[in-house]
Amino acid sequence: MKSHLVLHIDRIACDARGTCAELLPELMELDDWGYPIIADGPVPQDLERLAHAAVELCPKMALQLRAREGGTRSVLVPTDELRL
Amino acid sequence: MSSMQLLDLMVSNQVTTRTQRLLPPEPWASAGLAAHLERHGALVQHPSSDQWREATLGEIERAGLVGRGGAAFPTGQKLRALLAHRGKPIVIANGTEGEPASMKDRVLLARSPHLVLDGAALAANLVGAGEIIMVVHRDVRGSVDAALAERRLIRIDSTKIRVVTAADGFVAGEASAVVNWVGRAAPIPLGKAPRMTERGLKGCPTLVQNVETLAHLSLVGRHGADWFRQVGTADEPGTILVTLAGSLVTPGVFEVAIGTPTSDVLELAGGPSAPIQALLIGGYFGTWISAPASLSVPFSMGGLGVGLGAGLIVALPAAGCGVLETARLVRYLASQSAGQCGPCKFGLPAIAEQLDLLAEGMPVRYDDLTRWVDEIEGRGACSHPDGVARHVRSALDVFGHEVSEHLAGRCSARERQASRAFPTEELL
Ligand SMILES: Cc1cc2nc3c(=O)[nH]c(=O)nc-3n(C[C@H](O)[C@H](O)[C@H](O)COP(=O)(O)O)c2cc1C
Ligand code: SF4
Ligand code: SF4
Repeated sequence: MKSHLVLHIDRIACDARGTCAELLPELMELDDWGYPIIADGPVPQDLERLAHAAVELCPKMALQLRAREGGTRSVLVPTDELRL
Repeated sequence: MSSMQLLDLMVSNQVTTRTQRLLPPEPWASAGLAAHLERHGALVQHPSSDQWREATLGEIERAGLVGRGGAAFPTGQKLRALLAHRGKPIVIANGTEGEPASMKDRVLLARSPHLVLDGAALAANLVGAGEIIMVVHRDVRGSVDAALAERRLIRIDSTKIRVVTAADGFVAGEASAVVNWVGRAAPIPLGKAPRMTERGLKGCPTLVQNVETLAHLSLVGRHGADWFRQVGTADEPGTILVTLAGSLVTPGVFEVAIGTPTSDVLELAGGPSAPIQALLIGGYFGTWISAPASLSVPFSMGGLGVGLGAGLIVALPAAGCGVLETARLVRYLASQSAGQCGPCKFGLPAIAEQLDLLAEGMPVRYDDLTRWVDEIEGRGACSHPDGVARHVRSALDVFGHEVSEHLAGRCSARERQASRAFPTEELL
């Protein structure tokens, strides 16, 4: 089952620590410079808990889980996302 | 040649066409307010009337006007998006024109500044904005200041307007970078969320609109949707300003009906000055198409199969080397990364380096090159890497034969250096 959540990375905040890819190798791989590439599509339901953990553990608060569709409200938006 | 001299040259090279809506037909025409009002009449507005607002927004939507800053987003839809959010909106006219080979926004602001100001005033009245900020290329700051002074004398505008000289650099014209420049003197993109139309400058809903889009908007406000749709194609109505550059007899800025045969568009610049092999359409992060096949098709997205972007067409001579040109342009684009996002900061220079090696016929990591091009797409806070990916992919395709030659250590170009069809002074 696919969940209604998708992973999103704030590319400006991310600094290639790679914690996310360690936790979620099924969904994230690292490019040649250590920056994550996210697999297409929503997060499978059985990986949702791990995905939440990856969001929590990202040292730069760069990772988010967002609702896939229906409205622009984001889930677990780190506060620095709301700058300006 | 300085960019001011280039601007003068572009203005003097203009010819008259039936479809000149934005630019005065006579090259010597005054850019002043009196001449403007004589030519276009006053733009009547009723900012306090909901009925006027609805009717005008309806005309704009029906006109099918889309943004002329590169992304071709429907203007009516963007105006409505602003109405959906709380807070006093701000209107920003984007006259940054960071694309080195493009001159069309500068020519427009030099020759028809009042049309752009009218459009900004109309947009402000439609969304109930409290302020208009004109962000304009340094070459045309004087023209915009002079136009504004004339308007203040007769109190034409109800919204406060200020002028800001745009920052330099390719990325400085990206919408969030413009907001960041005006607000915090840092011309770098801010990232995708939240949207500018929701929370932009000072946290207010912000409309960032290209100056040419605003000029068209003011004419739709005057004459309506049916008039706007009289030229252009059914899917892509209206006229577009194009900068014609490269191997052409008299390069310059021209206004054309969308859908005009591409060869006729090039004729406005006197046609090719030498046989040409390919055209770069849209801008430095546009798309290469091969020349003989594309000349007979309409100049439109439907005809060419690629977006018109910011209206740039660069003609590459047959004697030149497409691989070398691509390497130079991508090297420039890589240098313009704001350096904030890893995939853009590291991926672009890596791609540029491999293209440089390819251009020189040296051993290259070709599989890595094409993989990096695929991998950078969608992985920046702004679409700068996406533009580079599009450009490189189209180049490897259109110059496929030449790429094979280079991979074998050869180059079939007869004039490698003479092929420099692009403005070089602003390149590295
Ligand atoms: C790297 C980059 C550079 C851009 N430079 C410009 C520019 O110089 N002028 C401009 O009007 N739009 C530029 N844009 C597009 C703007 O982000 C924005 O889409 C546009 O100003 C919106 O106006 P429009 O809808 O009227 O086209 C750029 C976009 C990117 C990604
Ligand atoms: S853990 Fe966070 S900072 Fe590290 S690579 Fe993943 S998203 Fe980037
Ligand atoms: S994608 Fe590149 S140009 Fe755009 S914000 Fe990130 S680093 Fe800057």
